[in-house]
Amino acid sequence: MADRKITIFIYASNIIVSVLFIIPLLWMIVSSLKPENQIFTDLDSIKSLLPTTITLDNYIKAFHRIPMMKYLFNSLFYVSIIGISGLGVNSLCGYALAKLSFKGKSVILTAIIALMIVPFESIVMPLYFVVNSLSWVNTWLALIVPFIANCFSIFMFRQFFMDIPNELLESAAIDGSSPMKTFIKIVVPLSGPVFTTVFILDFISHWGDFMWPILVTTGESLRNIQLGIQTFFTLPPIFYGQIMATLTFTTLPIVLIFLLLQKYYVQGITSTGIKG
Amino acid sequence: MQSVSSQQVQAQTGSKKSKLSSIGLQKRRESVTGISFVLPAVILLIIFLLLPFMLAVAFGFTKFNLLRPDQIKFIGFDNYVLLFQDKLFYKSLYNTLYFTIIVVPVQSAVALMLALLVNNRLKMRNVFRIAYFSPVITSMTVIAILWISLYNPNEGLINSALHALGIPKQPFLRSADQAMNSIIFMSVWQAAGYQMMIFLAGLQSIPKDLYEASAMDGANRLQQLKYITIPSLYNVIVFVLTITTIQAVKLFTQPYVMTNGGPENSTRTLALLIYQQGFQFRNAGYASAVSVIFFLLVVIISFSMKKFLKD
Repeated sequence: MADRKITIFIYASNIIVSVLFIIPLLWMIVSSLKPENQIFTDLDSIKSLLPTTITLDNYIKAFHRIPMMKYLFNSLFYVSIIGISGLGVNSLCGYALAKLSFKGKSVILTAIIALMIVPFESIVMPLYFVVNSLSWVNTWLALIVPFIANCFSIFMFRQFFMDIPNELLESAAIDGSSPMKTFIKIVVPLSGPVFTTVFILDFISHWGDFMWPILVTTGESLRNIQLGIQTFFTLPPIFYGQIMATLTFTTLPIVLIFLLLQKYYVQGITSTGIKG
Repeated sequence: MQSVSSQQVQAQTGSKKSKLSSIGLQKRRESVTGISFVLPAVILLIIFLLLPFMLAVAFGFTKFNLLRPDQIKFIGFDNYVLLFQDKLFYKSLYNTLYFTIIVVPVQSAVALMLALLVNNRLKMRNVFRIAYFSPVITSMTVIAILWISLYNPNEGLINSALHALGIPKQPFLRSADQAMNSIIFMSVWQAAGYQMMIFLAGLQSIPKDLYEASAMDGANRLQQLKYITIPSLYNVIVFVLTITTIQAVKLFTQPYVMTNGGPENSTRTLALLIYQQGFQFRNAGYASAVSVIFFLLVVIISFSMKKFLKD
């Protein structure tokens, strides 16, 4: 009896709280599909959360006013390149730190763990100085290269590779496999989950990049989608329906990627949480 | 006989030597491989992380415009002296700490509550989880722009809802008293789902028989929460507090997009101050000094949290 009451209580609380959590996003999506004037006339009632008249007008108009597809492409392009090249560079480094012995290994490992603490905000200016000295401002290089190597990714790879049995690697070496070949033929196929996890964590965090792209992109040609919607928001005349359309559109790709790779993303979050 | 044996000995030592040298060779080869594997990452980290970090410290002692490196001037501790006399710096430090001190406990408590809510055998468990998590995957820029609209004093959804409840309209982001709290409310809503996931993993690692045994002893749900759940989660709680604190100190995108530090500097944070001094006023030296203080703040927080974790 008491258990049943508790179950009902838990269900009710979950429903109420999840509705509160979802309302802002629901309003965003629903408003993006409504004619502009209706967004405001519906505001005082539950109709503000219901698609009373559905139209794609806001999307079409917004896309005429700003090059959304270009921004989308830019974001997908540079974020993917960071993610993919990061997998190569960081996994090799993590592997060497986990399984190979070489001079200076412990110094490098300690340095990488220590550098994890440096917040991006505290180095953003000198980083700009470095990138500017390389004449990379307003090029893809500025958006990509500084973020390929990532202490956190290296550490995640190292933790995962530590658990691969040494016997497996030794027997490959006895069979005459070079370390690189062992890595590609034996280690990588065993490590699908960690590669996926690191990629998606990297991808989602750079998808939201805002401060750095403002600094290193001056023209529209390299602007990412976050800067695109921010510019659009400040671009008069302001139509809320169109703004909600661009926000919804910006959120779609990341939701798709999340739904596809949900398991790994959550794994990434929780594994970092449990290990501390 | 003797010559044979000495030959044998020689042969033996020879083979031992060659074996030793082959091990040495292998070790050397492994060392070369190891170094070549870490080199790309290490070079990138040196150029784009370690060097900028050291430059931040060095620039802090200079008067310097980022775009005119030929006019750099060493001025010793002047930036720091200036900084500790700057009302805006104290205001930014205060705002940063205010945000952190409120957001960290509130967000962690909300996250724990959400985790407890979904950590039950419910049919729609995954639906609830995704609902709580959906703001996390939405980017902060999207969230910030969306909430400017929600907070709109005249035509915003929140004021409409308040109006329906008979509460007068609020200015939210337009008022110096409410702007920071409005940003706090939104930030908790956005990020609680992230911490919820970590708590959830922690909850699932608590052995089930602890609950069964305590239920046999007649403990009710609240007692179980107090005597089993919370103590078992201790390490996870400290971890969540640590990462939330470090994230909170970096507050930038929300005030940049939503208020640009206003009204009356009520939402200006250290990260925003660094950005504005460095890139808008081109005061790279001064901004670097703020960066150094900011970094020290993060270090102090992490270390004190670590110590707390060990005790």
